[in-house]
Amino acid sequence: MKDRDERFHRVTHQTYILVWLGLVILTGITVSMAGMSLGRSSIVIVLAIAAIKSGLVLSYFMHLKYEKGLFFKLMIPIVLAVLTIFIGLTFTDVAFR
Amino acid sequence: MTKNRVLEETHPIASFYDHQGRYRGIFAWILSTDHKRIGLLYLFSILLFFSVAVFFGFLMRLKLIAPGFALMKPQMYNALFTLHGIIQIFLVVLPAIPSIFGNFFLPIQIGARDMAFPRINLLSWWLYISGAIIIFLSLFTGGGPVDTGWTFYAPYSLRTTVNVPLAVFGVFVLGLSSILTGVNLVTTTHRLRASGMTWFRLPLFVWAIYATAWVQILATPVIGITLLLIMIERYFGVGVFDPAKGGDPLLYQHLFWIYSHPAVYIMILPAMGVISEIIPVFARKRIFGYKAIAFSSIAIASVGSLVWGHHMFVSGQSDLASVIFSFLTFLVAVPSAVKVFNWVATLYKGSIELKPPLLFALTFIFLFSIGGLTGLFQGALAVNMHLHDTYWVVGHFHYVIFGGMGFGFLAALHYWFPKMFGRMYDWKRAVWAWFILFIGFNILYFPMLILGWEGMPRRYYDYPPQFHTLHLISTIGSWILIAGLIWIFFNLVQGLRKGQRAGDNPWGGATLEWQIPSPPPKENFEKIPVVEKGPYDYTHS
Amino acid sequence: METHQDYTGSKIGMWLFLLSEIILFGGLFLLYSSYRYKNPLDFHLAAWELNRALGTINTMILITSSLFMALSIFFIQKGDRRSSALFLFATILLGILFLGIKYVEWTAKIEHGLYPNSPRLLGRGKGEVLFYGLYYSMTGLHGLHVLVGLFVLSGMLILMMKGKINENRFVPLENSGLYWHLVDIIWIFLFPLFYLIT
Repeated sequence: MKDRDERFHRVTHQTYILVWLGLVILTGITVSMAGMSLGRSSIVIVLAIAAIKSGLVLSYFMHLKYEKGLFFKLMIPIVLAVLTIFIGLTFTDVAFR
Repeated sequence: MTKNRVLEETHPIASFYDHQGRYRGIFAWILSTDHKRIGLLYLFSILLFFSVAVFFGFLMRLKLIAPGFALMKPQMYNALFTLHGIIQIFLVVLPAIPSIFGNFFLPIQIGARDMAFPRINLLSWWLYISGAIIIFLSLFTGGGPVDTGWTFYAPYSLRTTVNVPLAVFGVFVLGLSSILTGVNLVTTTHRLRASGMTWFRLPLFVWAIYATAWVQILATPVIGITLLLIMIERYFGVGVFDPAKGGDPLLYQHLFWIYSHPAVYIMILPAMGVISEIIPVFARKRIFGYKAIAFSSIAIASVGSLVWGHHMFVSGQSDLASVIFSFLTFLVAVPSAVKVFNWVATLYKGSIELKPPLLFALTFIFLFSIGGLTGLFQGALAVNMHLHDTYWVVGHFHYVIFGGMGFGFLAALHYWFPKMFGRMYDWKRAVWAWFILFIGFNILYFPMLILGWEGMPRRYYDYPPQFHTLHLISTIGSWILIAGLIWIFFNLVQGLRKGQRAGDNPWGGATLEWQIPSPPPKENFEKIPVVEKGPYDYTHS
Repeated sequence: METHQDYTGSKIGMWLFLLSEIILFGGLFLLYSSYRYKNPLDFHLAAWELNRALGTINTMILITSSLFMALSIFFIQKGDRRSSALFLFATILLGILFLGIKYVEWTAKIEHGLYPNSPRLLGRGKGEVLFYGLYYSMTGLHGLHVLVGLFVLSGMLILMMKGKINENRFVPLENSGLYWHLVDIIWIFLFPLFYLIT
């Protein structure tokens, strides 16, 4: 059975290069932000940029954008929810002792 | 109770036992990728390790038969309760139903020829055996057997000179085995269902195993990293759990229980799935509230992953966290209760046949309910203050794990025995053995609830005279329980050797495994079925 | 007997394994967030000592290696085995370079006496001890994953040279690629948390 039968979307190499460019630019932004002193919000911004970069890798390099089915759509939200809950509930202890 | 009529077979069909593959002799088993053989490999390994752990329990109870009884030194007692816990939890209870009956029956119940990843399945078993060997080696090397309790709490586990690193590494390998099994079970359920086998026509056992497999995948890595950190701490002293370096031992407890609480749902959900299979067959009635039971499995897996802090009420964690975890703990009782109500509702006005599988299933409901209710006591913050680390907790978890999962396991074994082995065991002996086990179980564990209520701490190798009577009763209970276990397995072995040949469907079940020969052929189905009705449709019986 | 090669099933299996890897690192992120919350100043101080230039270069290296990985798969699907092998080889080289730079960073710190349990480190504030503890643990575990990834990718390269991975059968390469991209994503989070927090 050919693996190729089941896949149909073909991402062009231009798309890949554009994504790479986006990642490089975002890295540049995040590094330059580290130089500025924005206090508390800097970690939020820096993590947000990391999330966007990861989203690009997940969607394009890892093809998640093109996968069909509930399983692929739900699995990243599920794992993020799980981690959020684990860390969040732990913080109800850590932050309130 | 009458014996079933043995169905005459007009021509014998080659079973998976007869299949000749690439290998001969023992290699035909330990290198087989057939999910049925792998299930049986797990069965025999698990029963072996179970016997060892029961023996350790026997020794512990013997030590406690009277105050001051110098059967063994305290260090040995500590090692015994640690190993009893490690073996029972990681080598027996966690893998038992998913890796034995999940492996054997999930593919058949969904109409598939094997699991999605047969070679990974075999790898899982080899990792399981490797983990067992590593733990075994830790008993005789590097400082000797672990004495930390199966919970490996920091800072003691970081300082004790026994062979903690090897033991936790063994458990790490077992965790990897569990994760791979989970990956296999989820993928198989998504991809290999036969035509017409929609999600809501799946047997409830499959729903239970599916929910469990998700917990295996998402929770086990947390104990993976926790065990790695113990090793890293011991060798490099990074300080993450060491107060002298700013570390927080409570974070160890959080990480440990983030896995180890959902772990108990890995233990109980499959057993509940077994009960959901057995009750409709022996009540000759469709299960009451199929969707409620299916979704309650998902609910238990989800909400059960949020309650881990109830192991830490007296640890020094914040009051806010304690209140939240206590509330969530009460919440998780609800979907379990849903299942119990639905099982009882299925029995109501059913045509009950009290054969051994149903006997074990009903006992599950009874014992698990006791265990669950005692858990609610512990979930209440003020009461927990007095019950934490007492024998009440030991009684509680033996009622839910042994009374629950253990009896569920025995129910599965007595239900699926004819299908797996093509023979039937003696029903009368099964009932007598059940009776001895049931009596022994309650004499062993009920006094523990009282002992704990009265203040007897757990993991103590000696005690003041006021607790003598109840400890003595409990120890005698352990002997009766062991006699019951021996009688049960003797009966099953006799069934294997001399039992009557079983037909395809001795119980009249409607799920797919009962539509194929006993034992099944290598490929399970001559032709993959097209499914047109639900799993508990008894209109033809 | 039917041999089934279920492409989607294979992918689902790989993703499930990756989810477990995410949770594995998640436990360390839990520790990081807790200790950062309790020791904000010490974490800030210790982070200044890390070489931001090297960290940024390493980030670029992994991002580029992900690009090359994606291109390798792109070309094998088109049947261009030569380009695919070249990009796969380039991915591996970049991975080795990443580990090389990490080695340089680690040895520099160790030579300065800043490693777990070192007297110099223990003389500092508790938050700094924890920062370095987490730094070595998390970049160490990540580095181990990079190393394993390099072995896997090398194996894939060999299979490709033998023709066992081709335009009709490339699922193992795709799944290896998924693993490699995850290793990149983990670094995308590690980098700011250790090098850029102010």
